[in-house]
Amino acid sequence: MRELVESPVFLVALTLAAYRLGCWVRDVTRGHALAQPVLVAIVVTGAAILALDVDAAVYADGVQVISFWLGAATVALAVPLHRQASRLRGFVVPMLVAVPLGVVTSVVSVVLLARWTGADEELARTLSPKAATTPVSIALSGTVGGIPSLTAVLTIAVGVLGAVAGPAVLSLARITDRRARGLALGGVSHGIGASRALAEDQTEGAFAGLSMGLTALTTSLLLPLLLVLLL
Amino acid sequence: MPPGLVVGLTWLVVCQLAGEVLVRLTAVPVPGPVVGMVVLLLALEVRRRRGRDTEQDAAVLAADGLLRHLQLLFVPAGVGVVAYLGALRQDAVPVVVAVAGSWLLGLVVIGWTTRVLERPGSRA
Repeated sequence: MRELVESPVFLVALTLAAYRLGCWVRDVTRGHALAQPVLVAIVVTGAAILALDVDAAVYADGVQVISFWLGAATVALAVPLHRQASRLRGFVVPMLVAVPLGVVTSVVSVVLLARWTGADEELARTLSPKAATTPVSIALSGTVGGIPSLTAVLTIAVGVLGAVAGPAVLSLARITDRRARGLALGGVSHGIGASRALAEDQTEGAFAGLSMGLTALTTSLLLPLLLVLLL
Repeated sequence: MPPGLVVGLTWLVVCQLAGEVLVRLTAVPVPGPVVGMVVLLLALEVRRRRGRDTEQDAAVLAADGLLRHLQLLFVPAGVGVVAYLGALRQDAVPVVVAVAGSWLLGLVVIGWTTRVLERPGSRA
């Protein structure tokens, strides 16, 4: 029985079923902001592997067939962008200023806020790349002296936060332009924010994907330098 | 399986691989899939300029299918949280304050900067 519970086929089935449940919850609540399939799936799957006493590393190994496709899905974000390419005109300069400024804001504020509220240096380093999309934040965390698997979890958390609260906060801040909303969501909540943006509007989703790419790039370039200045 | 699905997924993986190769050749500190996204975008733009209907491309159909379930692909990394429940409880205050505060600041800074710099009349 143990082997079955720790086998990829069981763990993948569990994950897919939890995700289906998440989609169902989203549909019956008519897309309530809290009912993000990723959130429901993480809570249900996490509770299940805790109850079944499956080690997190065994789980991660077993569901690699799912995680693998994240790379191809990142490539796929070229498609909404391609559909919106004409809307890039007159928008390149604002984008190339706003997104790097967002990266600097994210890194500086997360490190300072963490230190001020009592985090040790390792935790601050672990938090620092959290705005970049998961594969990038994991790699960066290792190079700057953080704990990569914890960075992965925190990156997902900030993504889920964006999917749940992002559109509402943007509306409160009176940011109504679909392109600006997309850039902001993709810049702080990467692919998970982009998936919510795509559900809201094609343009918003396309710019979120673009912003996610730019954020990943800029964070990779600036993070080591910013940490030298901050820590 | 819809026809063309495997062909489409092949194109996406090949673009990702091209991205990984370019990253290694140039040693730029960017993830391969992000470069792969640029590769696919350029390929689609070239095809459109040559008069092809890219909406019928296998890669486009596969991409739409994959993006519809993008959230599923983040579940494995998110479930890793169970390994850190103890550590996160201990550092709950700095983690929550820093993550939520920084997220909010980043969101507003990008949104407002974009709004200020946007050329009037180009609003979407």
